[in-house]
Amino acid sequence: MTAHYPVLQVIVPLLAAPFCLVLRIPRLVAIFAILVSATAFLISTALLQQVLSHGIVIYELGGWAAPWGIEYRIDQLNGYLLVLISGISTVVLIAAQSSIGRELPENRHTFFYTAYLLCLTGLLGILVTGDAFNLFVFLEIASLSSYILIALGTDRRALTASYQYLIMGTIGATFIIIGVGLMYMMTGTLNMHDLSQRLPEIYKSRTVLCAFGFFIVGVCLKLALFPLHLWLPNAYAYAPSIATAFLAATSTKVAVYVLIRFIFSIFGINFVITSLPLSEIFLVLALAGIFAASISAIYQLNIKRLFAYSSIAQIGYMILGLAIGTQLGLTATLLHLFNHALMKGALFLAIGAVVYRINSSQLHHYAGLGKKMPWTMSAIVVGGLSLIGVPLTVGFVSKWYLVTALLDKGWWPVAVLVLLSSLLAVVYVWRIVEWIYFTPPRIILTDIQEAPLSQLIPIWLLVLANLYFGVDTRLTVGVSKLAAQSLFGVTL
Amino acid sequence: MVATALAIVCLDDLFAVVMLAGIYSLLSACFFVDLDAVDVAFTEASVGAGISTLLMLASLKLVKRYEDKSRYKPLLALGVVTVTGALLIYGTLDMPHFGDPGAPVHHHVADRYIEKSMGEIGVPNIVTSILAAYRGYDTLGETCVIFTAGIGVMSLLMVSRRTREESRKKVPADMSQQVILRIVAKMMIPFILIFALYVQFHGDYGPGGGFQAGVIFAAGIILYTMLFGLGVAQKVFSPEVIKLLTAFGVLVYAGVGMTCIFLGGNFLDYNVLAHDPVHGQHLGILLIELGVGTTVAAVMTTIFFEFTWRTVKHRYK
Amino acid sequence: MNILGLYNYWIVVILILIGFYIVIAHENLIKKLVGLTIFQTAVFFFYISVGKIKGATAPILNDSLQVYSNPLPHCLILTAIVVGISTTALGLALVVRIQEAYGSIEEHELHAQDNNDQLESQLEAYGTRKQFNIMKRT
Repeated sequence: MTAHYPVLQVIVPLLAAPFCLVLRIPRLVAIFAILVSATAFLISTALLQQVLSHGIVIYELGGWAAPWGIEYRIDQLNGYLLVLISGISTVVLIAAQSSIGRELPENRHTFFYTAYLLCLTGLLGILVTGDAFNLFVFLEIASLSSYILIALGTDRRALTASYQYLIMGTIGATFIIIGVGLMYMMTGTLNMHDLSQRLPEIYKSRTVLCAFGFFIVGVCLKLALFPLHLWLPNAYAYAPSIATAFLAATSTKVAVYVLIRFIFSIFGINFVITSLPLSEIFLVLALAGIFAASISAIYQLNIKRLFAYSSIAQIGYMILGLAIGTQLGLTATLLHLFNHALMKGALFLAIGAVVYRINSSQLHHYAGLGKKMPWTMSAIVVGGLSLIGVPLTVGFVSKWYLVTALLDKGWWPVAVLVLLSSLLAVVYVWRIVEWIYFTPPRIILTDIQEAPLSQLIPIWLLVLANLYFGVDTRLTVGVSKLAAQSLFGVTL
Repeated sequence: MVATALAIVCLDDLFAVVMLAGIYSLLSACFFVDLDAVDVAFTEASVGAGISTLLMLASLKLVKRYEDKSRYKPLLALGVVTVTGALLIYGTLDMPHFGDPGAPVHHHVADRYIEKSMGEIGVPNIVTSILAAYRGYDTLGETCVIFTAGIGVMSLLMVSRRTREESRKKVPADMSQQVILRIVAKMMIPFILIFALYVQFHGDYGPGGGFQAGVIFAAGIILYTMLFGLGVAQKVFSPEVIKLLTAFGVLVYAGVGMTCIFLGGNFLDYNVLAHDPVHGQHLGILLIELGVGTTVAAVMTTIFFEFTWRTVKHRYK
Repeated sequence: MNILGLYNYWIVVILILIGFYIVIAHENLIKKLVGLTIFQTAVFFFYISVGKIKGATAPILNDSLQVYSNPLPHCLILTAIVVGISTTALGLALVVRIQEAYGSIEEHELHAQDNNDQLESQLEAYGTRKQFNIMKRT
């Protein structure tokens, strides 16, 4: 059975999703979803171990050899992300039952879990596949199901947010298939490994350049790189809290993965740097994104929206790491991928717990909650500190690596800007702290209690992970370094 | 086709726009036939000109018919479009020429499909062998996408059972007066359904397969619904059963894949399903096409039902 | 010859651009979806054109025929058409719900209503803050 892990990784949630409709009883479906996600997590850890000890794992679907059939190909990079995505998904699902119970009408619960599992299927499918068109198919599974998750939000703005995301996402996906089509036209293959070997012969071709351009723009739409981020704030703000926690922690990360995969494994960093000013474009957009989004975050009154803008800024840091174009820079990006997923997972889950109690994500309704919900609120504070990058948190580790990489490259003005941008994070996190701890509530909050245990446990699991990986960096840094090395060494 | 597309840009009558979009799809189906893509043409005709137009019309019933162009800001959009266009034209300059048999596309992977698929899979329609066998996993993903759409529409438009019961009493069959239509349809529907089954099982030899069959089957049910009313239709095709069928198709498909694993092959490796690989492939393709057909037909019907319930609910409230 | 050889692709480019233009320039949500369909269909043409070989026939094996067009793009586009209709169906469902919730499907009217909601919550927030400041002073 071990040999089949790569496909089971995706098939288990895929089979489970339609099975949810058969089960029908919401409570049962919820437990079932947790079990499925936990199984996926176990498989992913086993896979990562396999990769770390034996190198790349390849699985031929249908038994057809690579360029004719579709293959799954797992190296350190996607092995590492598989663990992250399935792990976060499991933790988030533990909190789901009570939170979804409060936020959605009963007859939508089964649909929610089905869509959630489909989204998980899509994301895992994108990660493991070694075929460019198969990537598109799973991208669409993930996207369609995330439109559903967002549209299930109770505020009517969830609908427009979902629609806007649908339009932008579909444009992005169509750009991606234009890119894949052009690559296919010039090489006659869809397999990623095969592409990476056949592309170098025709690097000079204008068609290949055009293919690359379309692909990158398409992916950047999906990962909400400034200025293509317009769909993100509303989508995160009005989706059900659990959906926000899951999507914020995972979906943009997977898009960043796709970007890394295509830049480093398929086109090769040399092509990217020599034939296009991509490094400069990414640098400018990343910095602009970091500052614009952090400043917008300061002015938000809805706490979910605030963190949504902060997510856009954090994506800026990841892209900045890529822009550096060195092994250290890539390590920083990979670290930040992991760490940011932990922070945002914790933060959005904590907000979900507050919404569960006070049914609002407006910042001014948080006044005085510091005393009523001490555990939840302290989780928000730790998450916030991690966002700023205070030592002992994961945020510090990734910022440290990013700044080192920048200095190593000799880009010290950029390093200064990164530090300055952290100050903006201090401002928006402080605003939250001020409301929570130092503003007396307008109405008397007698009947508000601490969040239920089923939510506190996952929140604090993530918070502790934030602290643990902030101190003991062997696992995260180790794997990121290995992945970066393999991406820079031989191309796949 | 360019003219149709341009007309769509200019018109503000949404009804006309939707009809033109249907014509555009039909034209493109003809175009696909001309380019030898018969399977694609079949699908485009049934989906683009059929189901998609139908759904658009169903939703038009609920919204204003005319577009408001007062706030129309074309400049920025024109800019973005021009840049995209320039990039695309730039990209075309190094392309191999249209129809050139020496282009790289035709010589790396494609050769094997054309030369060996008969021996390895034993199905004359190469598109079917790629779709169901070589790249069968993509098709599983595709079935999953359709299923996702079904879930989405159900979760967004679901009408509670009570409203259904209430409006069922009030709704008369829409075209109960049209005797000729009803009789003609009664005669046609069995043929449509049989044709769907033919397409389903003939996909190995000619154009067709699970997806097209599913759409045609759904079209038969939809025609029935339009003529005899939603209430009657749902007595015949229970929505609960159809909901389960959407899931059933995906389960069958993935189940076949899992069976292959248990029989010692890789996921979706049909060779192990029977003693002889070619027979195994046949059986595998038959089963998964059945899965695809079931999910597609069920999802299309559900989507149509949900849209119609919405219209009914609005009219009688 | 050069121009003739690429002629087909240029038609595709024009169709792609028209579709893309409708999606981003128009305000009506249904029309945007129609534009999206045109956009995607144009991309399908591109794939199918890539697969065409002059003088070839449809890829259904037959003893009397020798040259077949490339079947792989056909298969990819079958998948893509399905994905397209799924997106359209989901989009339309959203449009129907938006119409119910807002009473309009014109983008600027939706924005106006959203801004109104935003303003209300803003006022409420400043109200809280003001009260707090007054309390501090007294």
